[in-house]
Amino acid sequence: MCTTCGCGMGATLIGGRALQRQHKPDGPMRFRSHDAAHVEEATPSRIIKLEQDLLAKNNSYADANRCYLLAHGIFALNLVSSPGSGKTTLLVKTITALNGTQPLAVIEGDQQTDNDAARIRAAGAPAIQINTGKGCHLDAQMVGQAMQQLGLQDDSLLLIENVGNLVCPASFDLGEAHKVVILSVTEGEDKPLKYPDMFRAADLMLLNKCDLLPHLDFDADLAIEYAHRINPKLQVIRISATGGTGMAEWLEWIKDGCRNAVAAKPEASFG
Amino acid sequence: MHEMSLAESVREIIEEAARKQGFKQVRTVWLEIGQLSCVEMDAMRFCFDTVVRDSIADGARLEIVETAGQGRCNACGHETQIATLYEACPQCGNYGMQVIAGDAMRVKELEVE
Repeated sequence: MCTTCGCGMGATLIGGRALQRQHKPDGPMRFRSHDAAHVEEATPSRIIKLEQDLLAKNNSYADANRCYLLAHGIFALNLVSSPGSGKTTLLVKTITALNGTQPLAVIEGDQQTDNDAARIRAAGAPAIQINTGKGCHLDAQMVGQAMQQLGLQDDSLLLIENVGNLVCPASFDLGEAHKVVILSVTEGEDKPLKYPDMFRAADLMLLNKCDLLPHLDFDADLAIEYAHRINPKLQVIRISATGGTGMAEWLEWIKDGCRNAVAAKPEASFG
Repeated sequence: MHEMSLAESVREIIEEAARKQGFKQVRTVWLEIGQLSCVEMDAMRFCFDTVVRDSIADGARLEIVETAGQGRCNACGHETQIATLYEACPQCGNYGMQVIAGDAMRVKELEVE
């Protein structure tokens, strides 16, 4: 267990192994001089200006992940949604469709269980499970360690399924090329307005379970309009992972991204 | 509850500064939190008190400086104060204001001894 903050108490597990949080060792001990030790007066206070971003540490890990991914031509997507939007089913269908044509790997984030990683492996892709314990999101350091454990292939696709949560994962860059937000039509149309940070952070929205639309009151155009109020550049694909609608467009979007990642790879890779 | 992770970042920033600048106690911490950042102020206060216990900032006063959101309209360029990410431009009615201020989360200053 880490003695600085208590992390590693079985809280976050990556492929069943404890996350290694690095803390820099404390500096040398400082003793007051003999004279100073005998001066008895109230300690004066002073102001220190810092102006340091709370996400700076996460962002530095994310930058390191992004550099590695770029250097190896790997196209990484961070899939985010509420619980129950159909992320894992979508992943399984995506993997099955890409099977044999596109090397890929999956990082699965959940608070508990490795059920999702097992579903992905059964679909034929290497997968590693991150259990965040009580944590509500993946961070860049966890993903960096999971990437190392997975051993990613050059020119491959990396799909990161974040913890089902539309709030916290919005703030934490993992080093991915794009956040993809999945909204299912069994949720409310106004979810983009209720959770605007996530729809602002995403580049693509998959409107999932569209095969159910005839049975629901859900107004798909309104949901998309709300999402565009927050993020006018957000691309949208109407999809049904189980029915197959929109899957071709989604797979083409992925293949485009993979081609671009390979094309953007520096000639000599030192990563 | 990502405020817990953010509060841990505050403590790490303070401990790093203490190593570099050699102070032994923190009296006050000033945090700048933008109104458009996804931070719940009460949750942040609660998490801060928990996270700094037994650290150099144990018992420190937390002052949160809230900064207002500022947006620029992508269509007409009008700049205005915004409270949410889905407000229409008051000038031309267009949606999708670009955030130009008020989404920061940073440790501004410390009062130390």
